[in-house]
Amino acid sequence: MKKEKTVGLQVREIMGKAGPIIALILLCIFLTLKTDKFLTVNNIMNIARQTSMSGFLALGMMACILTAGIDLSVGFTMTLSTIVMAKCAVEMGLPPFLCIIICVLTGAVLGLVNGLLLTKCKLPHPFISTMGTQNIYKGIGLVITGATPIAGMPLMISWAGSATVTKSTGSILDKMPVGFILMLVVYVLFSIFLTYTRLGRHIYAVGGNMTTAGLSGINVDFVRTSVYVISGIMASLGGIIAVGRSDSAYPLSGLLLDNDAIAAVIIGGTSFFGGKGNVLGTFSGVILISVLRNGLNLLKVSSDMQTIFLGVIIIIAVFIDVVRNGGFKRVKRMKKEGEAKAIA
Amino acid sequence: MAEYILEMKDICKSFSGVKALDKVSLNIKPGEVHALMGENGAGKSTLMKILMGIYSLDSGMITMDGEVYKANNPKEAMNVGISMIHQELNPILDMPVYENIFVGRELRNGPLVDSGAEIREAKRLLEDLGIHVSPHTLLRDLSVAQCQLIEIIKAISINAKVIIMDEPTSAITDHEVNVLFSHIDNLRKQGVAIIYISHRMEEIFQICDRITVMRDGQYIGTDTTKNLDENKLIKMMVGREITDVFPKVEAAIGEVVFEAKNISRGKQVEDVSFSLHKGEILGIAGLVGAGRTELVEALFGMDRISGGEVFIHKRKVEIRSPRDAIKNGLALVTEDRKGSGLNLGGSVEDNITTVAIKKLLKAGLINRQNMREAADQYIEKLKIKTSSRNQAVGYLSGGNQQKVVISKWLLTDPEIIIMDEPTRGIDVGAKRDIYLLMGELVKSGKSVIVISSEIPELMGTCDRILVMAEGHITGELNREDFAQEHIMSYASAIEV
Repeated sequence: MKKEKTVGLQVREIMGKAGPIIALILLCIFLTLKTDKFLTVNNIMNIARQTSMSGFLALGMMACILTAGIDLSVGFTMTLSTIVMAKCAVEMGLPPFLCIIICVLTGAVLGLVNGLLLTKCKLPHPFISTMGTQNIYKGIGLVITGATPIAGMPLMISWAGSATVTKSTGSILDKMPVGFILMLVVYVLFSIFLTYTRLGRHIYAVGGNMTTAGLSGINVDFVRTSVYVISGIMASLGGIIAVGRSDSAYPLSGLLLDNDAIAAVIIGGTSFFGGKGNVLGTFSGVILISVLRNGLNLLKVSSDMQTIFLGVIIIIAVFIDVVRNGGFKRVKRMKKEGEAKAIA
Repeated sequence: MAEYILEMKDICKSFSGVKALDKVSLNIKPGEVHALMGENGAGKSTLMKILMGIYSLDSGMITMDGEVYKANNPKEAMNVGISMIHQELNPILDMPVYENIFVGRELRNGPLVDSGAEIREAKRLLEDLGIHVSPHTLLRDLSVAQCQLIEIIKAISINAKVIIMDEPTSAITDHEVNVLFSHIDNLRKQGVAIIYISHRMEEIFQICDRITVMRDGQYIGTDTTKNLDENKLIKMMVGREITDVFPKVEAAIGEVVFEAKNISRGKQVEDVSFSLHKGEILGIAGLVGAGRTELVEALFGMDRISGGEVFIHKRKVEIRSPRDAIKNGLALVTEDRKGSGLNLGGSVEDNITTVAIKKLLKAGLINRQNMREAADQYIEKLKIKTSSRNQAVGYLSGGNQQKVVISKWLLTDPEIIIMDEPTRGIDVGAKRDIYLLMGELVKSGKSVIVISSEIPELMGTCDRILVMAEGHITGELNREDFAQEHIMSYASAIEV
């Protein structure tokens, strides 16, 4: 009896980790059979290019969701950091390298504001605080740009978002966007961070059970604040890619990006209740969304219809999670956790 | 070296004007097991939370190892060598065992967490305590008992000088208790002091060297265990004598009201049959994981039964959901009052009236007057200690929370009341109230099924006891044949 249980557990665990990847593979097979353009180098590189920006945002979002939080301001945190960077680079003529640092710092500060609103001002839920800052960051961006894009970035800044790994060597790397490679590197580092550092482990602990984390000596406020700082930094990195792609800082570039980031994280199997999820899952989620968008474009499905598809996929992803965890029992447990949190 | 490793002197603490602790003192010697006793609300937990840095004290003084001690958070307390097993189990469900053990004090190798070392260490600790669980197992997949054992490992693996154990045995079975006690003995020999909080008298007398009693936020006294006996102790705790711990109300036992035939639920419950008579208190004994809870949950429609039939008054009934069960006159006081018994943020009134809300309607709308009356009636009838019916249930003591859960079900006027560990973690006074209530219920012609891990409790209250092991009923005893060793041997029967 015991053996069966462990095998069952293993299957469940593997399904838990590989579910999003399996879905992705199935989707790719389907698109390869249905369209002749999908499995071409150009198209795949196109997907890679589209993925890199949203990939950064999703990673930050994942950190927040792992603590049972959320960052609705990612999109406009990204926008505002790039606007600050563009102002410094284009209007003030600061050295590009410094501008990049300023961009990341801006993202970190905007994230810090989100975190402090939650932990110091004790706003009840990050849904509220980041919904507020989303509007504030968006407004500030519009005000300081006068609602017009800032174009003409120095080459060094736009490199990350526009360059390919090599030029005219005739190899596949000629078409491989640098941004995607950078994203992969950050994903690997972030995975190491979450699994092998104290703060990483504490993020899971806080999301898994805030009370226990506190009683175990973890500085819960510090952990909760840091995930928003991480999210801010990731947003600014995504912003640098976005600026490179369009060669401008556009004051409405962050619109709806929070939606896609949340969707990617949830599709990737991260629990909305915190404490569960992994980088590989988020990676699959991000790619899945890009492939889906790309595939639906190739299939000439209108963008309005695409939105419906995405919504359905999000719901299916969460539903699979519920079923995988034993349906009713899981719901009972969620309720229990919810109540425990409510009283805490 | 000073006589005491830890001295708490004249500790006072108020919560919004209400005195929770009034000049309480507690002195702990190195290498002793010191019981801290008192009814719920006596202030034991508050005192311990001050020690752990969860609450700050208003006045008073604490010295640890002869130095003035003050912790602002649990981490500081742990750094000075104080750790605690918390009464409320709060496992991090999606974390593996080894990460749970080391959460907050991860082993490191340079800047990175050394998972390998943690796994090795966890394995060793698990083997030491005789727990057959892989360090990689998620807490989600462990039983309540196993989660509690992990909590114990967590606290004793910190090299603490003082370990606070708040109800460490509430979810574990006799065998595991014995393993824990042998560990406590080892710790004692190493000079570790243990503050032991438990409502189980036999444990206190078995393991503790000295006992301090608190009542209503005040210090009552400290004495060596030798000088005390159960009656003296209860008198100190309650302030009056309770001679009859298990009051047994005699009720006339009538015809069969409920019958389960060949009930199965997956592998957890297999081919269970039993009947319940009118006016009878039927106990279900067994180790944690024997399938007792699963059985009653299945009977109550929380999970579909995979086989078997249920008869109420000789009529076959289909119970597919708790709704069906309630319609058929069943009530289930669940094992986990915080998780599935109560809306902790809701008021006493809201909680008491949730199930029977239909009875309190007037012209299809909720009638506050009816609700208030119902709530007040049960607050009085069950002696629920609450500032008002509007008090949030989360702030009541465990015993009073349990009474709220029971009130909620009594208001539906059920015929059969199933209680799963109704006295877990509640004090002597409240326990006695619940036993009396069970007696009153059967006297008024209702029937009670009670699950308990405390065999003396079942022997004291029940008319008949069923014993379960590995999903089967392995024994049945009538009141005249009750004997602890028989029940234990049935409970550990592996072969059916």
